[in-house]
Amino acid sequence: MKRAADILIVGGGIMGSSAAFFLQRRGRSVTLLERGLVGQQASGTNFGNVRRQGRFLPQLPLANRSRQIWGRLGELIGEDAEFLMTGHIRVCYGKDQIGTLETYATKAREYGLELELLSQNALRDRFPFIGPEAVAGSYSPHDGHANPRLAAPAFAYAARREGAVVRENVEVLHIEKSGEDFRVETSRGEVFQAPVVLVAAGAWANRLSAEFGEPVPLVARGPQMAVTEPARYEIKPVLGVSTKIAEEGVYLRQIPRGNVIFGGGNRGPAFTDSKRAYVLPENTLSQMRQIQRIVPALGSLRVIRVWSGIESYLPDDIPIMGPSGRVSGLYYAFGFCGHGFQLGPGVGDVMAELIDTGATTTPIEPFSISRFA
Amino acid sequence: MVDPRVVVVGAGPAGVRASEILAAAGLRPTVIDEARRCGGQIYRQQPENFVRAIDTLYGTETAKARSVHAAFEALRDRIQYRAETFAWNVVDGQLHVESGGAKAALPFDALIIASGATDRVMPVPGWTLPGVYSLGAAQIAVKAHACSIGRNVAFMGTGPLLYLVAYQYVKAGANVAAILDTSTIAERLAALPALTARLDNVFKGLSYLRHLRGRHIPIFNGVTPVEISGADGKGVTSVSALRRGGRRLEIKCDAIGLGYHLRAETQLADLARCAFKFDLSSRQWLPEIDEDGRTSSKGIYLAGDGAQILGADGAEIRGRLAAYAVLRDFGHAVPDDTVALLRRQLHRIERFSRGLARAFPWPSKLVEALPDDTVICRCETIRAGELRGSARLKGAWEVNRAKAFSRVGMGRCQGRYCGHAAAEVLAASAGVPIEEVGRLRSQAPVKPLSIATSDGAIR
Amino acid sequence: MPRRFIRLAETERQTVSIEIDGKRSQALEGDTLLIALLSNVGHVRASEFDDGPRAGFCLMGACQDCWVSTVSGKRLRACSTIVVSGMQIVTDRSEATWSTRV
Repeated sequence: MKRAADILIVGGGIMGSSAAFFLQRRGRSVTLLERGLVGQQASGTNFGNVRRQGRFLPQLPLANRSRQIWGRLGELIGEDAEFLMTGHIRVCYGKDQIGTLETYATKAREYGLELELLSQNALRDRFPFIGPEAVAGSYSPHDGHANPRLAAPAFAYAARREGAVVRENVEVLHIEKSGEDFRVETSRGEVFQAPVVLVAAGAWANRLSAEFGEPVPLVARGPQMAVTEPARYEIKPVLGVSTKIAEEGVYLRQIPRGNVIFGGGNRGPAFTDSKRAYVLPENTLSQMRQIQRIVPALGSLRVIRVWSGIESYLPDDIPIMGPSGRVSGLYYAFGFCGHGFQLGPGVGDVMAELIDTGATTTPIEPFSISRFA
Repeated sequence: MVDPRVVVVGAGPAGVRASEILAAAGLRPTVIDEARRCGGQIYRQQPENFVRAIDTLYGTETAKARSVHAAFEALRDRIQYRAETFAWNVVDGQLHVESGGAKAALPFDALIIASGATDRVMPVPGWTLPGVYSLGAAQIAVKAHACSIGRNVAFMGTGPLLYLVAYQYVKAGANVAAILDTSTIAERLAALPALTARLDNVFKGLSYLRHLRGRHIPIFNGVTPVEISGADGKGVTSVSALRRGGRRLEIKCDAIGLGYHLRAETQLADLARCAFKFDLSSRQWLPEIDEDGRTSSKGIYLAGDGAQILGADGAEIRGRLAAYAVLRDFGHAVPDDTVALLRRQLHRIERFSRGLARAFPWPSKLVEALPDDTVICRCETIRAGELRGSARLKGAWEVNRAKAFSRVGMGRCQGRYCGHAAAEVLAASAGVPIEEVGRLRSQAPVKPLSIATSDGAIR
Repeated sequence: MPRRFIRLAETERQTVSIEIDGKRSQALEGDTLLIALLSNVGHVRASEFDDGPRAGFCLMGACQDCWVSTVSGKRLRACSTIVVSGMQIVTDRSEATWSTRV
């Protein structure tokens, strides 16, 4: 049985779901196939940071475009996914790191990202919960955070309302190009046909890219997340650390309900076959020590839950995004190295523009899959 | 023959008997327990400065309680005992524990989890008012603290505990306003054949009933709870229900003991990646165990109410069987006839336990009538309507997905007091059997874990 | 809220003096903090999510509904903490800053 659509999207995370939405808005017909439930993997289990500060600089145009969409999410898809523009602060512990923050701030300005550097006294005056170990901070006032459990599903349901066919519990087993169209076989025995395929299958995407002669060294890792009991809402900005030491790289955010979510440091094990990922107790204990360095008062709270998920990484810490280097009509958006959540709406918008018009105004060349050819 | 490093979690009847057998075989198990003193919940000890004789506390179970306490005392220098210590995670042969902020990882070759159970609760409008307690809580107040939870206490729910606790309150001199049982006499009669497996318990139950009737405590069967009412600045003021015929009943009270049997504490078994199976009799997911308590995870053994709700006697037997299983699995000699006897005793208790579940069934159908504004998740204040809404609007029929969308189960208690009811609400809304909505996956820590770490070593 | 729990026996024990919301109150040696509180008042905390006052629920360290704060911001699970002389408990932490305490 053959079903026709303009674009077939494999993967219902935030990349696939937002692309589906923006493509339908451009009048294209989309069928999205998700193996499990939309937004269940990396999109639903990450920290929820909506930040531009700290990114690989050539990624800032994409991040800026995405940030614009975050600000309009409610009017666009009917759900704001609890996005809050609380600001984002990166602190550092050593005077030698201050130079790193300053250099980044100077270069980021060229991309339109204005950062405010705060000395220790200014930082602690303005944000009195920050502990004495932080010697300086870099503040990005227009960044913030959102709820990852809500965002991707919201895009998927909005795409459906725009006319997209969004199918859950359908696994793509095999894709091949025959003539002008791609032929996609699924676990339900159905066959889908479309002239364009977008592979947004996260940690499982390289199986599909490999089928087209474009394997990439994608590695699955589990974010190490934790959340505390609720406490009075006092910490508004998202907090992170600028450091060269892996364990120190923790981050935390408090939500209005009061819980503090934190993560970072070393990643944990994730298994694409069983779709399971684990939090290692030593990572939680290490994070607990590290977050107290940023906000000492966190010591009075208790952790009530930990979780992980399946994120995927490339060795250069840069995602795969853009057209296939080998097959026309084939596109990719996956492997966002644990920093894809903020980019999600922008990725969808850019991929939709690229697929619809043949080009995009946002530079994505650094993310080309061809760099692994 | 190899001497395994064994850790026992829980110093209730199951953990105590397991430790006893391990120590007798020459092992030196580490026994951790959250409480300050052994006994678990059922044989919880009263403060040291109480003057009353302990039979006031344990009644007909005094000899058993004494025996468990004495057995543990006798073990003290043959085990490594860490009181006020709780296990928050288990990974790769290490049990992660916390005691007063201090954290440690205990390596093991065999882990016997005797984590016990808590009450199971069916929400009813008003159940989060001050003055509403679980049946177990009401019992702890009177047994371990010689207190009543109020001036005029009503008991509502079902199960043998409903009558036992009411009886204990009357004996202790408290005021019992009424007993409201959702189960019917017919259900109890139908279960009688299975209940004959333990006639001694049946007689005990009947004697409690006789005593309660003798004191003219109103007892209502086959009720449908409607609402617990309260007043600002007071908490609970009354409970209302429908009688079997449909007539409305209102009982004035200032406290309610609420409970519907028990739910096993299975979080550690889940974190140890044990396989689970839905138990139709007790209508809950339980870890799969063989007749001696071995799980699907190597080195992990279960005993007591944390494995299967069988009560204190069953827990002692399961504790012994689990210890024998560990010994056998590590090459020690084990008395086969003792094991065979224990297994036979266990079968009788299992039969009785199934009878109890039939006599006092968990009234799953009640969720259908719960108004949308009934609180289901008391930690997060999530109401039935929100849970039903995220299922209907976002297709979240599976419990973990429903949790992700509605927040039910995301609070401090981690689904202990909302999980069962939430599953029933989803199943009823979807029109599917309860097993089909899935099982709430446990996530570490098993209980809230302090971020601050004290520098002191664990005692 | 007036005291909730009624002592039925064992009242001849040594007294322990604590403060509940600034008011001096008596408990008995051997009480858990929850028993101590509820022998004096009718609730121990307020629900974070507008569900009103709470007075504990399970008494066995499972429901986590009896966490209280001391005046210095320390958090205690009342049903599993033995009452100690001098404890100063606040039942309403919504007004209390925590993030700048150390």
